[in-house]
Amino acid sequence: MSAQATQADQADFARALLAAHATPARLSTWNGSDVAQRFSVYRNNVIVSLVDALATAFPVVAELVGEDFFRAMARTFVRAHPPRNPLLATYGGDFPDFIAQFAPARGVSYLADVARLETACLQSFHAADAVPLAADDFAAWTPDALLAARARLHPGVRLLASRAAIVSIRAAHTGAGDLAAVDPSQPEHALVVRPRFDVRVLRIEPAMFAFLQSLERGWSIETALRAAMALEAAFRPQAALALAASEGVFVALEPGEPS
Amino acid sequence: MSQAKAHAAAQGVVAFPFFQALPPRAGVGLKAQHARALIEQRPNIGFLEIHAENYMGDGGPPHAQLAALRALYPLSVHGVGLSIGGEGPLDEDHLDRLARVIARYQPQSFSEHLAWSTHEDRYLNDLLPIVYDRTTLTRVCDHVDRAQERLGLRMLIENPSTYVAFSASSFSEEEFIGELVARTGCGLLLDVSNVVVSCANHGRDPFAYLAGLPLSQVGEMHLGGYARETDSLGAPLLIDNHGGPIEQSVWPLYIEAVRRCGPQPTLIEWDNDVPELGRLLQEAAKADAAARAALRGGRAA
Repeated sequence: MSAQATQADQADFARALLAAHATPARLSTWNGSDVAQRFSVYRNNVIVSLVDALATAFPVVAELVGEDFFRAMARTFVRAHPPRNPLLATYGGDFPDFIAQFAPARGVSYLADVARLETACLQSFHAADAVPLAADDFAAWTPDALLAARARLHPGVRLLASRAAIVSIRAAHTGAGDLAAVDPSQPEHALVVRPRFDVRVLRIEPAMFAFLQSLERGWSIETALRAAMALEAAFRPQAALALAASEGVFVALEPGEPS
Repeated sequence: MSQAKAHAAAQGVVAFPFFQALPPRAGVGLKAQHARALIEQRPNIGFLEIHAENYMGDGGPPHAQLAALRALYPLSVHGVGLSIGGEGPLDEDHLDRLARVIARYQPQSFSEHLAWSTHEDRYLNDLLPIVYDRTTLTRVCDHVDRAQERLGLRMLIENPSTYVAFSASSFSEEEFIGELVARTGCGLLLDVSNVVVSCANHGRDPFAYLAGLPLSQVGEMHLGGYARETDSLGAPLLIDNHGGPIEQSVWPLYIEAVRRCGPQPTLIEWDNDVPELGRLLQEAAKADAAARAALRGGRAA
């Protein structure tokens, strides 16, 4: 058999695995039994294992729509968007965008954003380790130096804004809240942290979100505070820094240019 | 303290327990849900095995657990995503990731599969069968050469479980493996359950298959559970699912393999419907007992 024919075999095999019904050419069985049935063992392994991987990564989405709906939706995704590399822990990064476009899920308008929050949690879980700054670490800075400084965020920090109550919905589905009391149409801002091993999801105010997002972009603390105060005149810088420090959001302060 | 340990201590390189190779005893796969019990109870097992791809993230609990356990046990790193049998060149990014895992945890053994899993940029998450012909042999040898060169070690290649054959194959599986081992110098990870599964699925005698393998190059064995189905003609179709205890039909072949190869590091593979740690340790104890029984029966030539 020529090299080209061998190559065609794997292309054919891969296509057939992701198709609903197809069997590659040139397969054989020792006893003349149905090749399609035997080939379907491979297709089943591929599809089921990848759907399982998504079910593990998106437990709240699965619970929101029910197992049957979730698995049907995940199967459609897997066939259209198989993994790009063997790191299954990060598979499904584009599943939220797929959900947003998936017509049968349109009735659950917040589903894609809940999926984005679950992606953020998974990324946080696997992010690099770093030791967060403690409140004491800020004491050494003069107020002017602190304002000019830039704060480096912990690698496990993720920020997510939604038009839906994603933090409350997730909390209700992970046993930390009452779903009946949640108004899904309430916009919420999420802060995901993982100072050591445990991922935590906090609901934060829009001004705090603007503050942290500005810091994430590499802006100085002073500029970030201005962005927050533009949204909320009563924004309290001390309280914001204290909250961020207590949740392990910062890992370093870097001196900035004096203004 | 052993001489090797004393020597390592004198050199100041005792980041991890010093072993040249995995001990010839049963070990278990590391599951996140067992990590705490393993650290606290330190059961007396030969080694732990991980899937390399589960430790390619930057940080977080998986690495913290593995670092703690690596200080207690010898380690086997088993890859499932290198696609050694793939038609394209090996994924150099993935080799880099493997090199990082190996540098970080200094395992006593690294193994991969005689299978493919990636086509172009699609990773299919299964160990897929290859054609056993000269073209494929040349390609697989090139890939094993490249992996061994990049990772700086002698790797083990595992015999597959398969459900279909290719009409174009011109070697038997054991002949193909023999050629691969001879040409690349890699070792063989003998998955005894895969022998049972593949031989049942292709109407072959597992003892004859075993005898055709390069048994002097075996560096590890695997034992796992499988499911029973039937093909369209009612013949057995065994599915390698790692979803339960070792099947009874596997033990006689394991005993024969130990007689022929001597005792080997032997992994209990139970990856789906994972039981309590204690149940896993029972299977490991059974494997150790079977190996002892095999040796009492005398080692065949």
